[in-house]
Amino acid sequence: MASITFEGNSYRCEEGQSVLDVLLAHGVAAPHSCRSGSCQSCMMRVETGELPESSQAGIKETLRVQGYFLPCICRPGDDLTIVRPDTDTMRLEATVSHVTALSDHVVCVGLSSQTPISYRPGQFINLFKDDATARSYSLASVPDMDGELRLHVRRFANGQVSTWIHEALRPGDRVQLSPPAGDCFYLPGQAEQPLLLIGTGTGLAPLYGIARDALAQGHRGPIHLYHGSREPAGLYLVERLQELAQQYANFRYFPCLSGSEVPDGFLPGRALDLALSHAPELSGWRIYLCGNPDMVKLARKRVFLAGASMREIHSDAFTHQAA
Amino acid sequence: MSKNLFEQIGGEPAVNVAVDIFYRKVLSDDRISHFFDDVDMERQAAKQKAFLTMALGGPNKYSGADMRRGHAHLVARGLNDSHFDAVMENLAATLQELNVPPALIAQAAAICEGTRNDVLGK
Ligand SMILES: Cc1cc2nc3c(=O)[nH]c(=O)nc-3n(C[C@H](O)[C@H](O)[C@H](O)COP(=O)(O)OP(=O)(O)OC[C@H]3O[C@@H](n4cnc5c(N)ncnc54)[C@H](O)[C@@H]3O)c2cc1C
Ligand code: HEM
Repeated sequence: MASITFEGNSYRCEEGQSVLDVLLAHGVAAPHSCRSGSCQSCMMRVETGELPESSQAGIKETLRVQGYFLPCICRPGDDLTIVRPDTDTMRLEATVSHVTALSDHVVCVGLSSQTPISYRPGQFINLFKDDATARSYSLASVPDMDGELRLHVRRFANGQVSTWIHEALRPGDRVQLSPPAGDCFYLPGQAEQPLLLIGTGTGLAPLYGIARDALAQGHRGPIHLYHGSREPAGLYLVERLQELAQQYANFRYFPCLSGSEVPDGFLPGRALDLALSHAPELSGWRIYLCGNPDMVKLARKRVFLAGASMREIHSDAFTHQAA
Repeated sequence: MSKNLFEQIGGEPAVNVAVDIFYRKVLSDDRISHFFDDVDMERQAAKQKAFLTMALGGPNKYSGADMRRGHAHLVARGLNDSHFDAVMENLAATLQELNVPPALIAQAAAICEGTRNDVLGK
């Protein structure tokens, strides 16, 4: 008989019971809805033990490889230790190695840590300003290439955490982070598949990580990166990305400007519109969408309608609280 | 014993393929897309899967009362027979695209018909 360990307690799983049944029977407040493996509202992550394959049915690959599964349809044969899907409870410590300007209002923050932090480029961490205040920032670095975590942080007027990062953070400062999370990253395995990456503002951060990760892992299919902003000052790493496009024949970079000022070498229009006008048929493509929440929401719908399969659409909306 | 509709169509793997096609049709259909617009897409896709599984006679735990409750907020927004018919049309077109034989499509339509009063809160 398998046993389930969850938040410090172990429960026996009787023959035929699902993991969700067991949790609910012991009064655990576990979210759930359909109880038939469809709605995914009960999703959790396994830390140790082997999952029945069927308990991951319908979960997208990027989450599956991290051990996410559906307790409501999981009838385990093995003992399992499981956790809720959020990682907020765990903290890591890192040291600021540099804060470097990338443009007038974006800095790159380098973070190093004694114990290596394992992550996939494009995931995000929560950076703590103090115990009660944290914000998410995406990982633009690639572990084997950069040797440190790198964030791109845009400054917001009156932004609590972004202003602190821009004004107060110094090399040598120690900061707290949550472990990397999120499912917006590159997975090897389909090296010929075309990849479309669309980002606005610091939505470039995860995409920069993902693109370089894909290239480093030998991705051979086309990788098209659209970076959008209203004004030229909103785009950054332009030269670096142009170099990358010179270096790799399958990588193309499109800096897009939706405002009235469009210098030579930039495309006029919104990144999403331009991407879809260049590639109106997206079946078979893998898509990554990051940045402005309205852009991400609209883009998810439009790339799906253009033929991309739901499971091939990865995104991080940089949602934020209104003041 | 003969296989039921859900098994004949190909079970869960077939439904996974059908979800993308069906949901794309629904979102492109001006008659009904507004009901689906403001719901998170990924969650919505999971619900479409629940819908298709049910329409195809697959294993599900929804009762008539669940259907009534689950669509009540949509009925309040004006959900009526014409929208129901539009969903049925999109379902039939999806199954045709997947080369499901007409006799099986008719079976799926009959299952859906059976939920009409509950879905529309009649
Ligand atoms: C998954 C995820 C990944 C993220 N990755 C990055 C990243 O890589 N780089 C990055 O710079 N940010 C990223 N963000 C956004 C970041 O977490 C913060 O929301 C942002 O830095 C603002 O925090 P703040 O404390 O400075 O502002 P707050 O104190 O929270 O807000 C201050 C004021 O600024 C406004 N404001 C804040 N954010 C925005 C915005 N995006 N657009 C318009 N107005 C805004 C608020 O409405 C408010 O009026 C990410 C968010 C998420 C959810
Ligand atoms: C053919 C009959 C129908 C069946 C069997 C059916 C079945 C379902 C099921 C099983 C769910 C998921 C419930 C849940 O897990 O929360 C659902 C949700 C939903 N249905 Fe239907 N449905 C039908 C008709 C319709 C119609 C005609 C519309 C609108 C045009 C519609 C719109 C929706 C929406 C928008 C949701 C999501 C609700 C939300 O999350 O807010 N359905 N349906």
